[in-house]
Amino acid sequence: MKRVYFDHNATTPLHPEVKTAIIESLDVFGNPSSLHEDGRQARALIEEAREKVASLINADPDEILFVGSGSEANNTVLSLVICIGDRCGLHPPSGSNLVTSTIEHPCILETSKCLEKRGTNIRRVGVDSNALIKMDELEDAVTEGTSLVSIMMVNNETGAVQNIERALEIAHRAGALFHSDAVQAVGKIPLDVKSLDVDFLTISAHKIYGPKGVGALYVRKGTPFCPLIRGGHQEMGRRAGTENTLGIVGLGKAAELRAEEMEGEAQRLAELNEMLRAGIQSRIRNIHFNSDPAYCLNSTLNVSFEGVEGEALLLYLDMKGVEVSTGSACASGSLDPSHVLMEMNLPIEYSHGSIRMSMGRSTTREEVEYVLDVLPDIVEKLRGMSTIYGGER
Amino acid sequence: MNSWLYSEKVKDHFMNPRNIMLDDADFEYDSKGKTGDIKCGDEMLFYLKIDPETLTITDCRWKTFGCASAIASTSALSEMIKGMSLEDAYNITNVEIIEALGGLPDNKVHCSVLGDKALREAIDNYYSDHGMEDKVHYTESRIVCECLNVSEEEIEHAVLEGARNYYQLQEMTKIGTSCGKCEDDARERLAFYLDKHFGLKINEQF
Repeated sequence: MKRVYFDHNATTPLHPEVKTAIIESLDVFGNPSSLHEDGRQARALIEEAREKVASLINADPDEILFVGSGSEANNTVLSLVICIGDRCGLHPPSGSNLVTSTIEHPCILETSKCLEKRGTNIRRVGVDSNALIKMDELEDAVTEGTSLVSIMMVNNETGAVQNIERALEIAHRAGALFHSDAVQAVGKIPLDVKSLDVDFLTISAHKIYGPKGVGALYVRKGTPFCPLIRGGHQEMGRRAGTENTLGIVGLGKAAELRAEEMEGEAQRLAELNEMLRAGIQSRIRNIHFNSDPAYCLNSTLNVSFEGVEGEALLLYLDMKGVEVSTGSACASGSLDPSHVLMEMNLPIEYSHGSIRMSMGRSTTREEVEYVLDVLPDIVEKLRGMSTIYGGER
Repeated sequence: MNSWLYSEKVKDHFMNPRNIMLDDADFEYDSKGKTGDIKCGDEMLFYLKIDPETLTITDCRWKTFGCASAIASTSALSEMIKGMSLEDAYNITNVEIIEALGGLPDNKVHCSVLGDKALREAIDNYYSDHGMEDKVHYTESRIVCECLNVSEEEIEHAVLEGARNYYQLQEMTKIGTSCGKCEDDARERLAFYLDKHFGLKINEQF
């Protein structure tokens, strides 16, 4: 069966040229730290990749460090808050606090809960009904004791693009450092770390048609830093462990390709997004869009169908070859629906019945038409058996 | 596609649910039961047609706001109970339903209890509506932990949500964290529900 992949925010397929780049490097086995020829070959590939990643976000190559995932990058930055070494970590070490938001990825939410248990003062800023950070709350939360502010650039569930310039200004004005988890933004919207003046920025390879298991952390020159993984001189002593040469080659190539393809793709995705949105609107009643194109990435459309449970909808769509994701409780095995939709104050019956469709570089008009073709019947079938759509009798 | 999230039987019941109460159906029923709440993310309605002479279920319908495993397990249950006496139907366990489905992942078991809870509600409603109060099952949940007001129902819920030992149960319900006198009782209830829902025999030392 034809598969329509509408889950690019979860992960992306390898770009064919990334695949080629990785295959061509398969025999490069040297340890990049070795001084001999085999080692130097591997080192050269890694440094070439570093330049490409740096170039995508206008960083200097030595401001980029390679890590094992976006989650690792985020954990690394947050761990600085409790670091009390005199030449690393953020100061002041005691009474410091971290300001973040309620809609971050679980790797930020869980890590901040852990820091809280260890005594860090955490402030979590809420969002409005468009999943945009409430700036007045952020202003109140950031004080002189704040050492770090961490706000995601683009939300993974709705595609909401945050006003990072404003958040950053609030943080810097109070003397705090600023981190942004940008895994859903890099390679989708233009990003310049120099003009943005951000201190830390997280990048993940598999969200931009690169391989799994590799990411990058941008650390602005001169910013206090302490490794999360210690015990080696790799990555200028900032991340121990022999480098994942093949993964890094893949990330480098993916970054290079994003720089070339991103701009042309944006207009096409905007049109497809509008087509998908209008199509759903005209074919299905009683829906609620959780992504507004005025504030969200054009590649992400999160929508709720009244009376329909998200996991059931996802699995029926899967049977028709359409792959989406859901913030529905049941898909995750817990009874709480998506924390992002809850924070947006979506009525509860809508928050249990949402799906996220995320398009990408390979998405076509035909695919959007196919989704619009199969979706109404599935929604109708599920509503036909729903307690809350037809009602009780 | 060679693998699916659930068994082939679950898939079949999910794709082609039996005995669904559709909005336009003119099904007449003698009793109705409801469980769950949309606020918790799932809700189930069960409708029964009952032979008053023999007190057996002659036909049934159901509808749900639920996930794949709630749909599949209720569909399977609706096939099992036709022709069954009310008492036999009442005593069908979750383990039997899951067996009929060829298994469910542990984290989806809590979704599958909706159907039989709604069914039990419908059966008790029939008894109380037809002057058989004596047959209504005692449903009020006993309080196990007096200090923190934790009921048997909450223990059962915690087990369905993943508690596998006493410490996890405490983490989820706070049971026995004040005076601690209820510990033996709570451990016994924990073992009971682990066996009831998952067929697990608890290791006493935990």
